[in-house]
Amino acid sequence: MPNMSPKKVQMPEQDPNIRNKNFLEVALGYTEDMAKEEAQRCLQCKHRPCVEGCPVNVQIPDFIKLVAEGKFAEAYEKIKETNSLPAICGRVCPQESQCEQLCVRAKKGEPVGIGRLERFAADWYMANKDSQEVKIEKLNKKVAIVGSGPAGISCAGDLAKMGYDVTIFEAFHTPGGVLMYGIPEFRLPKSLVQKEIDTVKKLGVDIKTNMVIGKVFTLDELMEEGFEAIFIGSGAGLPSFMNIEGENLNGVYSANEFLTRINLMKAYKFPDCDTPVKVGKSVAVVGGGNVAMDAARSAKRLGAENVYIVYRRSESEMPARLEEVHHAKEEGIIFKLLTNPTKIIGTEDGWVKGMECIEMELGEPDASGRRRPVPKKGSEHILEVETIVIAIGQSPNPLITSTTPGLDTQKWGGIVAHEETGATSKIGVFAGGDAVTGAATVILAMGAGKKAAKAIDEYIKNKQ
Amino acid sequence: MFRIIRKQILNSSVKLLEVEAPLIARKAEPGQFIILRVCDEGERIPLTIADYNREKGTITIIFQEVGKTTKLLGTLEEGDTLLDFVGPLGVASHLEGVKKAAVIGGGLGTAIAFPQAKKLHSLGAEVDVIAGFRNKDLIILEEELKSASSRVFITTDDGSNGNKGFVTDVLKRLIEEGNKYDMVIAIGPLIMMKVVSNLTKQYGIKTIISMNPVMIDGTGMCGGCRVTVGGKTKFACVDGPDFDGHEVDFDEAMRRQLMYKKEEKDSLDKHKCRMRGVDNA
Repeated sequence: MPNMSPKKVQMPEQDPNIRNKNFLEVALGYTEDMAKEEAQRCLQCKHRPCVEGCPVNVQIPDFIKLVAEGKFAEAYEKIKETNSLPAICGRVCPQESQCEQLCVRAKKGEPVGIGRLERFAADWYMANKDSQEVKIEKLNKKVAIVGSGPAGISCAGDLAKMGYDVTIFEAFHTPGGVLMYGIPEFRLPKSLVQKEIDTVKKLGVDIKTNMVIGKVFTLDELMEEGFEAIFIGSGAGLPSFMNIEGENLNGVYSANEFLTRINLMKAYKFPDCDTPVKVGKSVAVVGGGNVAMDAARSAKRLGAENVYIVYRRSESEMPARLEEVHHAKEEGIIFKLLTNPTKIIGTEDGWVKGMECIEMELGEPDASGRRRPVPKKGSEHILEVETIVIAIGQSPNPLITSTTPGLDTQKWGGIVAHEETGATSKIGVFAGGDAVTGAATVILAMGAGKKAAKAIDEYIKNKQ
Repeated sequence: MFRIIRKQILNSSVKLLEVEAPLIARKAEPGQFIILRVCDEGERIPLTIADYNREKGTITIIFQEVGKTTKLLGTLEEGDTLLDFVGPLGVASHLEGVKKAAVIGGGLGTAIAFPQAKKLHSLGAEVDVIAGFRNKDLIILEEELKSASSRVFITTDDGSNGNKGFVTDVLKRLIEEGNKYDMVIAIGPLIMMKVVSNLTKQYGIKTIISMNPVMIDGTGMCGGCRVTVGGKTKFACVDGPDFDGHEVDFDEAMRRQLMYKKEEKDSLDKHKCRMRGVDNA
C-alpha cells in the first residue's frame, strides 16, 4: 500500500539561525526509516514519467522500490548504472524542473522526494559499503581528459571501466572543478566530492593537477604524446561582468572569485588558511541563479549583516533551484527583485560604498520566453553596500580554443560539439558540459561526459 | 612536487630559487609567470618567470620577502619542494623586430625585466638596461644584466652607489642624448611604471609594462586581476601581464593593490608569532 501523504517526508535540516553562521551542510539527510517511508509514496507508475525527466535516465521507480524494501545497497547500484555521481546529484540537481516535475504525485500535493532518496541511497552506501574492486581488462590505449569537474570525472570513470588508460589534466591544485571551487561546503561537502574523485582514481584514472591545457600542453601536443582521443570538459570559467561604472572598485568580486576564495582556498578559515576574502557589513549579490544564492548565503555566513539578492526579473523567473531560494530566505537573505544595478559608487580611495539601482517592470516575453524586464523611469535609488558579488553568468574559457587550430566555437565561446556524441570539428577531440553549453547543471555535464565516453570508445575502436 | 635545486640570496630581502619543472621550462617565454603554493592551506601567488633552462628543465623565480607566503618561501632550502607550481601562464612578451630598446627595472622588477633584456639581446637588439634601487646594498643581478645588454645604468635613490637619481632621470638623459629607442620595457613598482610611461608618452616611444596584481587561478577564471587598459577591463593573467604603458590606468591599479593590505598584515603577524613559537596570536 503506497503512503498517500500529500507531503514529502521532511528532511532534517540545521536551524536557519544557526546554520547561517557555519559552513556545515544545511540538509542532514533521511534516516533509514524516513527513506523507507518516503519511498512508499512512489506509485511505481507503469509509464515512468520521472525517468524521462532525468537527463541520464536513472531508473527511478526501480531504485525507489529497492529503498522501500530496505535494499539500500541494491538501490545505490541501480542508480549507479546510469549516474556516476549520485551523492552529488541528490544534492545539487534541480529536481523540481526534472524528475520531480513529472512525478504523478505532484498533480495533487508534493512529488516524491526523488532527490532526497537518491542522496540517501548514496550516503548510506558510502557509510556502510566499500566500493567494490572492479576487474578491468586493459586495452593499452590512452585517452586524455581536460578538466576534472562533473563532465570530466564521469567521462573518465566510464572510459576507465572500459579499459582505457585515462589521464585527467586539471588546472587547479585540487581536482573536482566546480564541485570544489564553486558549490559551497554547506550545500555539497567537499569530503563527499573527494570520495567520488577517489572512486575514479581507484579505477586507475591518473589525475594530474596544476596542468593548464592550452599553456603547458596544447591539444595537438597531447595527441603527439600518444593520447588517441581527448575529451574537453573545461567548464565555463570566464566570469561575466556588467560593464557598468565602478566595477573595478575594491570590494567588487565576480562570483567565481568570491566562491573560489571561500570554497577552494577556504577563506572562511582565514588567517588559519592564507587566502582572505572581504565581506562588508552589507553585501549585494547580483543575479538570480544558484551561483548567486551560493554567494549570498556564503556572505551571510562570513558575518555580513545585510545580504541582498539583486535580480532584474521577478522570483518566478529566477533560475535558481527552489530549495536554494527557500533556504536563502530562511537564512535571512533579502530579495530585491525587479531591480537592476546601474552603477557602483565608490569612496575617494576606491572602495565600494553603494550601488545605484533602478526598478524594473516586466514587459513582453523575450527570446528566452521569459518576460523582458524594462526599467522604470525615475526609480533610481542607492543600496548602501561595501561588497558586491557579480553572479550573472560565466562563459567558456578561451585558453584551449584559442590554442587549438581546427576547433570550432560558437560566437560566445562555447565549443561546437555534437549533442549525442560530443564530437567536435577536430578529429579525435570530444567536448561536453559547460564548455559546450555555457553554464548549466552538474547532471547535464555528467550526462555529456558519459555520452562522450561511449562515443570515444566507438571512435577508437573504428580507428583500428 | 617541485624540487628546489638552487637557492641564492640576492640581497637582504630578495631571494632566488631555481625549481625543477621540466614541463613548464619546455614552454616558458619571457613575460610569462607561474603560480605557486608552498603548502596546504597556503595561498596561490603569481611570480614572474625570471629565467628558464630548457635543458635542465628548471624555472628560476626571484622574489622579495614581503608577506607571509614570500617569507615562508624564503625559508625553503635546496632539496626542499614546492607543493604546487603551475604555468607557464600569461602571454609571452612580443619582442621580435625590436632594434633598440631600453629595459628598465625598478627594485625587484629588475629580476622580471632581466629575461626580457636577455631575449632582446639574443635577438640582436641593442639593449640599454636601466635599473634603479633604493641603495647600493639592494642592487641585484648587475653581472647578469651586463651580459645581456649593451650598456647598464644603475641608479640609487640615495646615491650610495655613486649614481644618485631615478631611472627616469637616466632614461630622459639617454633619450635627450639622441638614443632612438623603438621600445621601452618598464617593470617595477606601479608608481615607477607610471612615471616611466608618462615620460615616454611625451616622446612617443612605445612602452610595455608588466602587471602583477592579486590573482587566484591565473587562467581567466576569477577576474581578480582586472586592470583597465585603454578604458576597457582586461585580465592581467590571460590578456597580459604585458600591457601598453600609455593605456594602463595605474591609479586604479594602485588602489586595487591595497585591497588586502590589512589581511596581508594580519596573516604576516600570525606567521611571525608562529615562527617565534607563540601560539594563538
